[in-house]
Amino acid sequence: MIHFDNVTKLYPNQSRPALENVNIDVEKGEFIFLVGPSGSGKSTFLRLVLKEERPTEGRIHVAGKDLARLTAWRIPLLRRRIGCVFQDFRLLPNKNIYQNVAFALEVIGKPRRFIRKVVPEVIDLVGLEGKHDRMPDELSGGEQQRVAMARAFVNRPMILLADEPTGNIDPATSIGIMKVLDRINRTGTTVVMATHDAAIVDSMRKRVVELEFGKVVRDQSRGVYGQAY
Amino acid sequence: MRAQFVFHEVWTGLRRNLTMTIALVVVVAISLSLLGTGLLFVKQVNNTRTYWQGKVEISVYLCTANSVSTQCRQNGPATATEIASIKHDLQSLPQVQHVFYETQAQAYQHFRQDFSQDPSFVSTVSQGDIPNSFEVKLKNPTADFNVVAGTVQGRPGVDDIVDDRSILSNFYKLLDGARNAVVVIAIILIIAAALLVANTIRLSAFNRRRETSIMRLVGASNFYIQLPFLVEGVIAGLVGWLVAAGLLVAVKSLGLDTLQEYFTFNVRLSATDLIEVVLLTMVVGVVLCGATSFLTLRRYLRV
Repeated sequence: MIHFDNVTKLYPNQSRPALENVNIDVEKGEFIFLVGPSGSGKSTFLRLVLKEERPTEGRIHVAGKDLARLTAWRIPLLRRRIGCVFQDFRLLPNKNIYQNVAFALEVIGKPRRFIRKVVPEVIDLVGLEGKHDRMPDELSGGEQQRVAMARAFVNRPMILLADEPTGNIDPATSIGIMKVLDRINRTGTTVVMATHDAAIVDSMRKRVVELEFGKVVRDQSRGVYGQAY
Repeated sequence: MRAQFVFHEVWTGLRRNLTMTIALVVVVAISLSLLGTGLLFVKQVNNTRTYWQGKVEISVYLCTANSVSTQCRQNGPATATEIASIKHDLQSLPQVQHVFYETQAQAYQHFRQDFSQDPSFVSTVSQGDIPNSFEVKLKNPTADFNVVAGTVQGRPGVDDIVDDRSILSNFYKLLDGARNAVVVIAIILIIAAALLVANTIRLSAFNRRRETSIMRLVGASNFYIQLPFLVEGVIAGLVGWLVAAGLLVAVKSLGLDTLQEYFTFNVRLSATDLIEVVLLTMVVGVVLCGATSFLTLRRYLRV
């Protein structure tokens, strides 16, 4: 599903590469944690998958597509197959929950009847049933992240990228978030989650890829977070 | 394509930076109406000029008993033989298309007609004050004046030779100058309008950067992301154009049409001329706003 072949990414005006000779293979339906200290290259990895950045060297395949050969106008089509969740939720403050989720479908031109059908389903899936009309600022952090996950998942992506989704959320609430991610993973969606949260990684017992200074230093199935940072 | 969604976005965009939108509409309106005024001027000048170019002739004034020039006082009034020989010589010139002899009585009649609205002026002139003349029509008025004038200049009986175009040239200089000034101001304002469009769209893009970043993330096509901004620019342009269209109608009916008072023949611009100019300014307005929005977005909404 995601295939990194000797990928190096060097940002302009920086001497040390953000990623260096990275080889990672993520299979369809896998759940992997990307761990490592800040600046280890986790976010760069996610940006490369979305083709927000281009690798300096190496090849990247996502969902069977060679990203180097993907023309600019096809990038949106790639992104429709990838859902994204962030630490800061990125909800639209002037739209309610339903509208926030529906927005992701409206802007890719889905018919309204389809939107009316699938949006409530996804809102139920993330556990926010009955809260369609709430505005983001009326919700707790955990609930806001659920909305963000609903939005990321509403178009049934093949891959869900989560960049520290529990970073702004207390440990108790994080467990609920992880349950939703696990539920999404069980539908067959590949989940890649970058995180600092050792407790979560240890409790899930999923594959762990550890990055340090842009290099893969560990790749374990059913791993733990490792030493404390 | 969901039109309702796009128009909702457009409405939000226009409302959120209302002050910029108003400024944009005003500048577009002023620049388009000036441009349109310039174009109406061009048409008006051409209209009168076409009429005159068919009319202008060389007037060869003959000496009468009342003539005051030294030449006429030496030779006395033109005699019938002199008149006949001048007419013959003019007609035999290859550059001349047509020669018409206007007697003093005919000249006075024409004068009375042309100034019929101003009887007090007519009363100061009596028959005999206006000399009889040859009205010579040339095949090529711009080139051959000197040749034709040279053959009759200084002959007994000839008082003065007047190129009718020289009388009109001052009038046209004035009109041309006014037109050029209007067009130059219009062009400067159009540049200002383009910069304002760019600025408005940039502000709008900045205001909606959350939305656009999410749109990009969930895979909205570039077209879908840019369309609301593009429509926003074009709508502002169209509103500006509507105001300009109103101003142009006013310019024609309150301004240019009053020129008619100074002419005995019809110089009024037709409704077709006005519609043509108004439509042209619409095209300029829409293309200006649309293209500027598009180019601005290229820079600010990259994938």
